[in-house]
Amino acid sequence: MADVNLTIDGKKVTAPAGTLLIEAAKSAGIEVPSFCYYPNLSLQGACRMCLVKIEKMPKLQTACTTVISEGMMVTTDSDEVRQARKGMIELLLGNHPLDCPVCDAGGECELQDMTFSYGAAESRFIDVKNHRDEQQWSPVVYFDRPRCILCYRCVRVCGEGMDVWALGVQHRGVSSTIVPNQEDHLECEECGMCIDICPVGALTSGAYRYKTRPWEMKHVGTTCTHCADGCKTTLGVRRCSTGTELVRGDNRDKSGINGDFLCIKGRYGFDFAHHEDRLHQPLIRRNGRLTPCTWEEAFQLTGERLRQIRDREGGDAIAVIGSTRTTNEENYLLQKFARTVLGTNHIDHHRTADYPALVAALAGHPKLTASMRELFEAPAMLLIGNDPTRQHPLLAWQIRNNVRLHRARLYLVNAQPIKLRRQASSFFAIPAGREAEVAAFLAGQDSAVAAIASETSPEAWIRWRDQLRREPKLVVMFGSEIRGDAVASLIKFAADLPEAKLICLGDYANSRGAADMGLYPDLLPGYHPVTEVGEFHKDWGGVPEKPGLSLRQMAEHAQAGKLKALYVVGANPVEELGLDPFVFSQSFVVVEDLFLTETAAIADVVLPAANAYEKSGTFTNTCGDLQLVKKAGEVTGTKSDFEIIVRIADAMGVAVRKLVPFGRGSRADMGQSRGAQSGEADRHSVWLEARGLEPKMSPFDPMAILDEIQRLVPGYDVSRLHLLAGMDQHTSLSGSGPGTKHDPSAIMPARDDLFSSGTLGRYCRTLNAVLENGHKLAAEEEVAAE
Amino acid sequence: MADLVSHPDEVKVVSKRFGLGATEIDRYLELDGYKAVRKALGMAPESIIAEVKDSGLRGRGGAGFNTGLKWSFVPKQSPKPKYILCNGDESEPGTCKDRLIFEHDPHSVIEGVTIAGLAVGAHVGYIYIRGEYRYLSEIMQKAIRQAYARGFLGKNILGSGFDFDVYWHGGAGAYEVGEESALMESLEGKRGIPRIRPPFPAVVGLWGGPTVINNAETLASVPHILLGGAEWYAKLGTPKNGGTRLFCLSGRLNRPGVYELPMGYNLKKMIYDVGGGMAQGHTLKAVVPGGSSTPLLTREEIDVPMDFDSLMKVGSMLGSGGVVIVDDSACMVKFALRIMSFYQHESCGWCIPCREGTDWLKKTLTRFHSGGGVRKDIDDLQYLSENMLGRTFCPLGDAAAMPTISIVKKFRKEFEDHLDGKPCPLEKAEAIERSPVMA
Amino acid sequence: MRFSEPFEQRFQEMASHYPTRRSLLVPTLLYAQDEVGFLSDEVVAEIARRVELTELEVRNVISYYSMLTTQPRGKYNVQVCTNIACLLMGGEEILDRCRLKLGIREKETTPDGLFSLEEVECMGACCWAPAVQVNYDFHEHLTPQKMDQILDQYTKKGTERRR
Ligand SMILES: Cc1cc2nc3c(=O)[nH]c(=O)nc-3n(C[C@H](O)[C@H](O)[C@H](O)COP(=O)(O)O)c2cc1C
Ligand code: SF4
Ligand code: SF4
Ligand code: SF4
Ligand code: FES
Ligand code: FES
Repeated sequence: MADVNLTIDGKKVTAPAGTLLIEAAKSAGIEVPSFCYYPNLSLQGACRMCLVKIEKMPKLQTACTTVISEGMMVTTDSDEVRQARKGMIELLLGNHPLDCPVCDAGGECELQDMTFSYGAAESRFIDVKNHRDEQQWSPVVYFDRPRCILCYRCVRVCGEGMDVWALGVQHRGVSSTIVPNQEDHLECEECGMCIDICPVGALTSGAYRYKTRPWEMKHVGTTCTHCADGCKTTLGVRRCSTGTELVRGDNRDKSGINGDFLCIKGRYGFDFAHHEDRLHQPLIRRNGRLTPCTWEEAFQLTGERLRQIRDREGGDAIAVIGSTRTTNEENYLLQKFARTVLGTNHIDHHRTADYPALVAALAGHPKLTASMRELFEAPAMLLIGNDPTRQHPLLAWQIRNNVRLHRARLYLVNAQPIKLRRQASSFFAIPAGREAEVAAFLAGQDSAVAAIASETSPEAWIRWRDQLRREPKLVVMFGSEIRGDAVASLIKFAADLPEAKLICLGDYANSRGAADMGLYPDLLPGYHPVTEVGEFHKDWGGVPEKPGLSLRQMAEHAQAGKLKALYVVGANPVEELGLDPFVFSQSFVVVEDLFLTETAAIADVVLPAANAYEKSGTFTNTCGDLQLVKKAGEVTGTKSDFEIIVRIADAMGVAVRKLVPFGRGSRADMGQSRGAQSGEADRHSVWLEARGLEPKMSPFDPMAILDEIQRLVPGYDVSRLHLLAGMDQHTSLSGSGPGTKHDPSAIMPARDDLFSSGTLGRYCRTLNAVLENGHKLAAEEEVAAE
Repeated sequence: MADLVSHPDEVKVVSKRFGLGATEIDRYLELDGYKAVRKALGMAPESIIAEVKDSGLRGRGGAGFNTGLKWSFVPKQSPKPKYILCNGDESEPGTCKDRLIFEHDPHSVIEGVTIAGLAVGAHVGYIYIRGEYRYLSEIMQKAIRQAYARGFLGKNILGSGFDFDVYWHGGAGAYEVGEESALMESLEGKRGIPRIRPPFPAVVGLWGGPTVINNAETLASVPHILLGGAEWYAKLGTPKNGGTRLFCLSGRLNRPGVYELPMGYNLKKMIYDVGGGMAQGHTLKAVVPGGSSTPLLTREEIDVPMDFDSLMKVGSMLGSGGVVIVDDSACMVKFALRIMSFYQHESCGWCIPCREGTDWLKKTLTRFHSGGGVRKDIDDLQYLSENMLGRTFCPLGDAAAMPTISIVKKFRKEFEDHLDGKPCPLEKAEAIERSPVMA
Repeated sequence: MRFSEPFEQRFQEMASHYPTRRSLLVPTLLYAQDEVGFLSDEVVAEIARRVELTELEVRNVISYYSMLTTQPRGKYNVQVCTNIACLLMGGEEILDRCRLKLGIREKETTPDGLFSLEEVECMGACCWAPAVQVNYDFHEHLTPQKMDQILDQYTKKGTERRR
């Protein structure tokens, strides 16, 4: 848009036409105070804090609703303007309880800040303040009317942003109050967006209230550990007797891919870390019972047994199950450990999306994947399958707000009337399980229309496809309903479009990372088949070339008595995938986890692990955006999976440097004995040097493995600087290996909803409280109905 | 049913059919009804607008904006439908004139709405009547039915090829809904919260379409202007203040009532001649010249022509035509308190200064009136009102501040008389004790 | 949830007057309240359904308008204006008289369910002050004595009907 010139406080300012005065001022470094204005939410003009003087206008004008115009002369610092602000604060404080000393928002309250900057020192108000008691609206949302300044941010973010519309304004005048949708309580997504956006302490969180003062916390920005969307969440941590305690999750740092957004899991789903069932000590099975032991004992036992089995029975007798919630570094390390130390390709994880098929289908096409940020800017979006509102809350937020703010077109195809249809420009219902036919039809196979045209006529489908084909820029998203050949069809369709980008939807925080890092029996990191001798074989000095067993096959192998050892890292296949625990009764089972899960219960050794909020590394979200995971909390007695793997390797008598390239590597002091080894060390240090990176000094530093990942995994060679600065970096699949075709039935989507999160979710008090509350309300309603 | 009064100085234009049974369409037609629409159908829209503009007709709802000029802001071409919205929310304390128009001459409003539609190219008009006026809503609905039956409304009105629909719409008790943008919200089924302006309703109004909003009296004046001519109408009043308007004289007068007088009629004459002077035993203390939102005039200030510009000159406003005579038995602190209670009760609550300001002022005035005041309160009342003035989201905040400032300034002595725990000097003993409730 | 025939007719007719369902809301609520006596949960749910809004939205609107109520009140709702014109003409004495006579305060209902009392804002009867509305009927030029008589008439009307 054309630029407009104006003058603010004597400063010449230029901004695009259509810019709001408040934003233009901000861009020139001039702060105009505001309460009700909030970027990307509808304008209110309600708080009157942003009044400024505009020449030729008799009255002061609100900068938040005024669009700049050519030649505008604005004053924001005259006596008149200052008095207006001061007067507004004074009026606001008249009925305000001023209970800052006990208010959760104290110290990070916009009203406090404004009073300090613009307000009056004395108060004229000597009458009785209006009072209303605090209300609890849900397990997570509390409301204190006297503190509310009626900026309507909460109402708007819930409605416009979340499309939940659970909050309203009741009564009028000074009696006006924010109310929840069920008169005295809320029935909503419990996302806490309203709490986060509240400039004061009127909405407070059940998980955090009265726990601490903001200045007593350290704030650590990291990546959420729940779904596969990868929101940036800021954890508030405080010292406590068992280490450091997580007391709050929020999104005070809006620089993440999620901007303002966090769902209930990102905001409140951290309390599992302090669950009473958390393991603090390794356990060893003695006389049939798991009994506490020291870490040394546990490592020694594990290392010895694994070495024995490997040496006696060969790598074929050992299988490894990796995690969808451990970091890329841990996943990479785990499969490297399995392949190079245990000598097995029997490694797998809980697959929730067909990424290898995506990679395979993308081969030869210059098409790319879309990042979470790109999705928000896409002029058109196609979604087949999935219910993002429940399974991909951030993705749903991006879609909704892209439609709302950019008028993007959303094409939906689903077997269920999912909620996003409210934003859709077209919604086509299909019979359940027919997503593949939609892909085929899109790819040009007209006969497929018969299977999908139940509610919509074949003609309409054809018109729809024609319209899609004309979309100049389209992001295509698909859920796990689309697997194998269907993925290929979809990419065939996308390849013929001017510019189509893809997002394949998986289910857990690092599902994509697990896939990218090669937690597959037949695929190495970067989707390189184990059967093809390549970089990894060279670099690692040999990899078993026979594809290993998938999860199901591992169970069969065990049943047949051929599996002597099973090493499970951060997974609960017994519960989540229904693996029969008894088949492993003959195997030596090692489980690393936070809790004594169904799987840990059958283990011979249980190693208490740190969770993603207690360690560092990286996650890759379902779009392929690589993000930093930063250590926030610490629970005594636990160790990161990274350290545990290294320690087990060490206990097996392996030269740890073989696994983790740490220390000052050179031809002289590394891998003296083997040629390939010296080559590796060389390449690694050359690579480091070329990027100005230092070698890592500790074998437990995940960054050492990140170096190797960046060096060897195509698409991961993103800006380290940006990554460490906390920015998301989109990885590309274009240089990946050929991928492969897997048995589609190996994909088992998580059954998670908004309030659940696999095994981890069961240990989240807040999530459970919300679920229980929901059951209670439903039961009450039933009683009332009878 | 409100009773009618008359006075020889009256110039009856909008009230000319009052008491003549014009609610019935036949009678209305006998009394020159629907002639103006016929005439307008033969005129170019621009000529209608020019005629109304030249007549000097200014909005009777309070702000006094030139009606023809307002109409001319409506874009000729609009992708969205255009609307006419008649404001019959009449809730400004002291005002009871639209009520008489609806009661005695509903067809004139329908006719005015139709002409406005012709002028701006709208095909739908709504007549919004406050919820308390149930019997008037019924009168209006009946009138609309009759107009449809006779072909004055609906498809192809009077064979002209012009379609025009008029619908009644009812409120449910809210003063703020009389504010034009809140009125649209209310008609759209929402809380009466005003809208951000610009855009103004003439450009973006009901359901996003250009909308002309006029007071019922304004619209009822339009047919007369078309028939009598702009020049005739303009000459009835003073320069730039064309025509006549309905003045609602209330308070302790000998002959309170609604009188139609030329614009610019002298206020003093209005009180002493038309209104028959003060009732026995009472003397004049102050005058609310145009509804509770307007700054009060003292006894010394009433020798003033009642038109928009003259009142502006003396620091007040012509407002809605509600002339409330305050007599010497009234306590000005109490009066200010009652005004403030009204605005506190009617504030929509959207913006901070109005919501909090009216509440604070009401509390202070309540305490002050009951003898708990301190000297500082008097200045604070003014300070707070000035903090609201010109800074609220809609003019309701100004409406609350303006009379308060004028009362504090002009009757400071009465405030001082309440200090030091003294009971209100003017409150009647029995009223102070406020009778105990019997079981 | 059933409303009267005239209600349904009006609803039908009005529905064609607006481009959105929502516009029907305010007048419909008032008519519904006139039939049922107050806006019960059931009425709120029914109207929300009809105008395609959530109950929250409907409640937000109800609470904005002073004539609308979600609480039952007396058969005759006595609304006394005490705004400026009425104040000057003795509106408060009228209110006092009503309290005394009915034995209730504002926003209360007599035990027999016949009357409730409200102090209200200007009702457009300033020139005929002091004024009172009983339900929708105006009573003007009042004195405490006249007020007594009016209340007596309503008591009679109300109890006769009941018998
Ligand atoms: C708080 C407030 C209440 C108002 N109430 C009314 C009203 O009841 N009736 C009315 O005609 N105008 C009322 N107005 C004025 C309207 O906003 C608007 O100016 C008017 O309807 C325009 O018509 P006119 O130009 O014919 O006067 C009110 C304005 C405000 C700020
Ligand atoms: S928690 Fe989320 S869904 Fe619930 S009211 Fe707040 S913003 Fe709305
Ligand atoms: S609760 Fe908070 S966000 Fe909501 S209106 Fe009040 S102050 Fe604003
Ligand atoms: S001034 Fe503000 S609070 Fe008052 S009525 Fe207008 S918008 Fe509402
Ligand atoms: S920020 Fe402009 S009015 Fe609130
Ligand atoms: S002041 Fe009572 S009716 Fe107007």
